[in-house]
Amino acid sequence: MGEPGTKEVLNLEDLEAAGGIHTGRTHILSILVENKPGVLARVAGLFSRRGFNIATLAVGPTDDTTISRITLTVDGATHPIDQVTKQLHKLVNVIKIRDLEPEESVARELALFKVSADPETRGQIMQFTDIFRGKVVDVSKRSVTVEITGTDDKIEAFERMIRPFGLIEMVRTGEVAVSRGRSAT
Amino acid sequence: MRAVDAIMECLKAEGVEHVFGIPGGANLPTYDALYDAGIRHIQCRHEQGAGHAAEGYAKASGKVGVALATSGPGATNLITAIADAMMDSVPTVFITGQVRTELIGTDGFQEADITGITMPVVKHSILIQDPRDIPTAIHEAFHIARTGRPGPVLVDVPQDLSRADIPYEPVDRVHLPGYQPTTEGNAKQIRLAAKALANARRPVIYAGGGVINAEAARELVEFATSDRFPVTCTLMGLGGFPAPHEHWLGMLGMHGTRSANYAMDEADLICAVGARFDDRITGKLSEFAPRAKFIHIDIDPAEISKNIPAHIPIVGDAKNILTKLTREYRALEADSSRLDEWWSRIRNWQDKHPLRYDDSEDSEIKPQYMVQAMYEATGGDAIITSDVGQHQMWAAQWYHFREPRRWINSGGLGTMGFGLPSALGAKAAMPDRDVVCLAGDGSLIMTCQELATCVTENIPVKVFIMNNGYLGMVRQWQELFWDKRYSSVEMGASPDWVKLADAFGALGMRVTHKGELLDAMKTALAEDGPVVVDVHVSREENCYPMIPAGQAARDMVG
Repeated sequence: MGEPGTKEVLNLEDLEAAGGIHTGRTHILSILVENKPGVLARVAGLFSRRGFNIATLAVGPTDDTTISRITLTVDGATHPIDQVTKQLHKLVNVIKIRDLEPEESVARELALFKVSADPETRGQIMQFTDIFRGKVVDVSKRSVTVEITGTDDKIEAFERMIRPFGLIEMVRTGEVAVSRGRSAT
Repeated sequence: MRAVDAIMECLKAEGVEHVFGIPGGANLPTYDALYDAGIRHIQCRHEQGAGHAAEGYAKASGKVGVALATSGPGATNLITAIADAMMDSVPTVFITGQVRTELIGTDGFQEADITGITMPVVKHSILIQDPRDIPTAIHEAFHIARTGRPGPVLVDVPQDLSRADIPYEPVDRVHLPGYQPTTEGNAKQIRLAAKALANARRPVIYAGGGVINAEAARELVEFATSDRFPVTCTLMGLGGFPAPHEHWLGMLGMHGTRSANYAMDEADLICAVGARFDDRITGKLSEFAPRAKFIHIDIDPAEISKNIPAHIPIVGDAKNILTKLTREYRALEADSSRLDEWWSRIRNWQDKHPLRYDDSEDSEIKPQYMVQAMYEATGGDAIITSDVGQHQMWAAQWYHFREPRRWINSGGLGTMGFGLPSALGAKAAMPDRDVVCLAGDGSLIMTCQELATCVTENIPVKVFIMNNGYLGMVRQWQELFWDKRYSSVEMGASPDWVKLADAFGALGMRVTHKGELLDAMKTALAEDGPVVVDVHVSREENCYPMIPAGQAARDMVG
């Protein structure tokens, strides 16, 4: 080929630019599914048997009780993102998938940190919590539990600050996200 | 109405005339309803057989095949057939019994989480939780099984719910918000494809099972003859393009013809229609058709750019798209003479590398000859089913399929034991047509109990055993790639097949000399009932040509 008249043919570089192969960035997929038993197992099972790795996963009902939303993040550097979404689309109970662009969406995650604390360090931990706009949700003689919401960067930054005090436990929900502006995700 | 009676009404509304299966405790209500439903039930001897029979029925007729099984082991026995139907996109509905709802999750007798177990190998599955959902579920199952890329759908019905009384009203449409297959094909992409074809100097059409599923065989010929486009088919696509046609290159892939594989290797444009670039076709991906751009037509968007990035993807139904593509292409009035050089190159390969074998031995039956004799005895017009192995590849090479739905075998999953049960399913669907199961001695024994089904249900299939006393394809690989270390491939104490046939009440015959083969086959075909013909072929014949696994077309051997 390469003869006149074939210029419109999409070449591989174009395909790659269009997100056809590996994009290299993290993708937040917002997936509307029918609220039926086993749907989450189908979604998760599809990932494991195709060798796709889920980074985070959060599920909950929407305002419509027959529909749930799964928010999951995958690494576009290791997975061909169009394959991930096309395979997801094949599930009969999957209604809609949005691949949320980071600039055009709001993503948040909730994390709980349980940190060793004594009367000397407690103040410092609470100060950090303030700076990160977190909330202390439990205190005992030897520990403080803090709630942080925010982007994954923020949560990881807080973790770095707090770890030296002795991190007993932490738990993260995985990201939830919506698109910016008026239109529905 | 009892829910199970509603199931029967739904099956009839879907046009079901035959179902295959085995009763058991958990699906007793279904069988009670079946007793006078006016649907023919073919009682198989193993649920795997029932499942493959449903597949054979579907592949031969184009209709949805249905198999029934009870809960637990009945359901798990179906799994191989379900997985097989998934890999080969066979429209099938499997209805399993489940233990009573109050027992679910308690490890009750004959309980298995069959929707969970089969999740990776179904197109969709439905566990009934409210008996009033049953009619909708059955219709959804059929709709999903037969539309888009066809596939298996499982409906699991707990025993107590199947006995419940429900109000029944015919369901005239199903509502599935998440399931809307694209069928039309993007007009702009089709135009692009036509232009690319008009400019190609070395085009090849590579057609797969999707052509048969879409009933697009005639459209494929129209398209191929809109110019002088060479055509090759996958194992699943055989019959989708008539083998005697002058544009035909033969099958491609691991045991394809050299001309087909070389043409793919040198092509500048490959138009894939309903084919999925399986590894048995591509060999080493990085060296597959290195000079080619790809047009990929498929009803399943997920197949496009899965293995090979497509330059022009077209999602939709092959029949629709080929019709439009042919129209667009003709309008371009491309200069056909640009393909002269390409065709002379192809003719050169065809002359130099025809399929061949050494037939100098007088009385010995070569497997390839056996397939040729089958072709002659059946007039090339029978439905041929096969198991998996050398005999399958020889059949694909030497039985020149002229029409779709004549070649039924397990391509994707590669299921040994598929042949006999799928043959009985095909024969049930097409009683007026000769149905021959070409079996290997190694694979027939895996499902040979279905001979009893053929006899009991009066389904006169003819089983021709290509008997070489080996798991032949495995032996071939051991010979070629494992220093002839023949580990566990000799069949040893195989049954006396003539006696086995006799024991089931079928006719058994044995052929050991070449001169007797054709007559024996004709006799078998003329018999009223099921017949098993045990044909002793030369033991260590290899199936050539061959691209060793993971290598490139250029590395073909034999």
